[in-house]
Amino acid sequence: MLAYILRRLLYALPILIGVNLITFALFFVVNSPDDMARMQLGVKRVTPEAIQKWKAERGYDKPLVWNSAAAGAAQATDTIFFQKSLRMFSFDFGRAEDGRDIAREIKSRMAPSLAVAVPTFILGLFVTISFALLLVFFRATYLDFAGVVFCVAMMSISGLFYIIGGQWLVSKVWHLVPISGYAPGLDGAKFLILPVIISVIAGIGASTRMYRTIFLEEVGREYVRTARALGLSELAVLFRHVLRNALIPILTGVVVVIPTLFMGSLVIESFFGIPGLGSYTIDAIRAQDFAVVRAMVFIGSLLYIVGLLLTDLSYTWVDPRVRLE
Amino acid sequence: MTELQIVLLWSDGLFFLLIGVALAGGLWARRHEHLCASWRRVGQSPIGMAAATVLLVFLLVGLLDSLHYRAPLPAQDGKPTGHAVEVTSALDALLSGIRSRTEKTYSAPLATHLFAKESLENDQGRDFPRLRHGGSHLADQLDGHEADIVLTTLQGLGLGLVIWLPAAGLLLLARRRSPQLAWNAVSVTLLAVALLAGPALLLSQGYHVLGTDKVGQDVLYLTLKSIRTGLLIGTLTTLIMLPAAVVLGIVAGYLGGWVDDLIQYLYTTLNSIPGVLLIAASVLMMQVVIDTHPQWFATAAERADARLLALCAILGITSWTSLCRLLRGETLKLRELDYVQAARAFGVSQWRIMARHILPNVMHIVMITIVMEFSSLVLAEAVLSYLDIGVDPNTVSFGTMINNARLELARDPMVWWSLAAAFSFMLVLVLAANLFADVVRDAFDPRVAK
Repeated sequence: MLAYILRRLLYALPILIGVNLITFALFFVVNSPDDMARMQLGVKRVTPEAIQKWKAERGYDKPLVWNSAAAGAAQATDTIFFQKSLRMFSFDFGRAEDGRDIAREIKSRMAPSLAVAVPTFILGLFVTISFALLLVFFRATYLDFAGVVFCVAMMSISGLFYIIGGQWLVSKVWHLVPISGYAPGLDGAKFLILPVIISVIAGIGASTRMYRTIFLEEVGREYVRTARALGLSELAVLFRHVLRNALIPILTGVVVVIPTLFMGSLVIESFFGIPGLGSYTIDAIRAQDFAVVRAMVFIGSLLYIVGLLLTDLSYTWVDPRVRLE
Repeated sequence: MTELQIVLLWSDGLFFLLIGVALAGGLWARRHEHLCASWRRVGQSPIGMAAATVLLVFLLVGLLDSLHYRAPLPAQDGKPTGHAVEVTSALDALLSGIRSRTEKTYSAPLATHLFAKESLENDQGRDFPRLRHGGSHLADQLDGHEADIVLTTLQGLGLGLVIWLPAAGLLLLARRRSPQLAWNAVSVTLLAVALLAGPALLLSQGYHVLGTDKVGQDVLYLTLKSIRTGLLIGTLTTLIMLPAAVVLGIVAGYLGGWVDDLIQYLYTTLNSIPGVLLIAASVLMMQVVIDTHPQWFATAAERADARLLALCAILGITSWTSLCRLLRGETLKLRELDYVQAARAFGVSQWRIMARHILPNVMHIVMITIVMEFSSLVLAEAVLSYLDIGVDPNTVSFGTMINNARLELARDPMVWWSLAAAFSFMLVLVLAANLFADVVRDAFDPRVAK
């Protein structure tokens, strides 16, 4: 087991290096630091000195990959690639445009993101799986058909509509919860209820339909017929047999997103003013803060790779036939 | 009189190319019985036919909006003076009425007065000023305002019915020729469209049917313009990603070995970057490229168009991986089948096997993916425009409409019509696409029991 995990981690390394190369190419090769400086300082009327100063402040005045002016190891280390890209492997992301340390900022913003994402994830999973099981219980009836139509309609509505409509109805008309904001600890509950409920509602359509398809496929299997032939009630068949056997395809989609919950949701956080990583990213995108976007890309892919590993491990937990060698 | 100067934007060209490919694909399918059978199943489904009709109506609007030209400027002393800088489309020309009748700022749907109070002339205090165009044909008889709207609506319903009748007659003829297809669904859908369009058409002569936005533009006009952007993002993205996904997926699955490893590595790496972030990073970089090279674009329309295409390409790069993985898996299965083994035993070359024996047998996956992707891409555009990484802010799209209207929600009373219009048009488009996608999947997926 341990050997397997170690090997998988080693496999992950080339992928991370690949991600690193892609971001490096995107941020430094497609556009030279000069272009970015001109963009940040305003395209017109910008002096070469101002560009030099902007680059020096951010450490972009070094050569891209090879510094022939330096001596010894510094030829490879005193470059943009080493300083800005390879340093990320040690979680050193440098500073944002406002001068703050990105790594520290990320650490302090994880909690608000998780406060929204974890309840959303658990509640969403519970609601959609129960709903899908309900539809499967009533399969091939008008109730099932109505449920599917409902799901397709829910899927077809833009997520922005749920947010804008929910904020308007619950906060502006009913005055039940504050429209946006955040507070740590239990005080924050009143801020979190609405974003969590809205995210769950926005996800109901697509997930329920997917789980329903998975369950329907299992229901057609022979072991289900055997279970019924043995006289088990339909509910017992669904919960004890179908649900357990459908766990593998469900886990494939679910476990991989668990680590990425840290990243938060860009849209939800920015609409509800939650100071998490999602709103950090969106602020960086709007302010064209390239260092922050680069750091978030790196962390996002790292978490995704961890998610893939967890998915494999979770298979051994739900399916005793799977052995990791 | 100088001629119109036809402008073919890149996106127009690709859009026409796509429609041409679709038509050619249709002709090709006619000659193959198994494809005909699948399409016939789509045609037999009332939901599928109704959704297809709605999509065709949207496509028609999008097509009209893709015929671009630059109008000639009025000649001076009999000499031509060149062309207007502004690029207009056939749709703009058709809607020139509601396009030119702009107000000062917000006004509610079918209103006769502006939304905000203003100081009136002649020191009459502050009140809601009359609109320049909305209800201007009523002059001072504002008491008859509601009655006029009801009357015009009734006339519009009559007009819609009159337009619908010949179409319904044609559909009856079509039903006689091929009675197994669900022509009634088409007929009913067209009736609904005609009954909505008729009143909208007549009312828009004297009112702003869906109100006006912040700078006084007619919201109905903006929503109709948004359709093209939505359609382009939904279709061009798939068109751009398709060749790479198909070739790499089949090659990886068929050849195996190091080629497979390399391609798998490529898509795992791209997949591991969270989609929104990769899009954000790419769009930021594209913005820098476009802003630092203003000399590449002759008109603002060309720049907006380049940005739209680049967005499609970026969305394509982030979304080809799932199709590629599906195709690789399917090819792995197909390559072990007897007919492929037989072809190999006969000494058919690898590339020929892939092109003649594998490709046609994975086309149903490609087909299903294209229609399934469409609706999610239309929805994604709105979110991306909200995040400021979508289309050019000057391009009219559902996303930019929502983004501009969002800030006005805090006003009291609320400015709701822009949002409502964008959301409902988007809902109709995406719902039709989703329903159509379901029918197509059921018809083409061999796993679904017939």
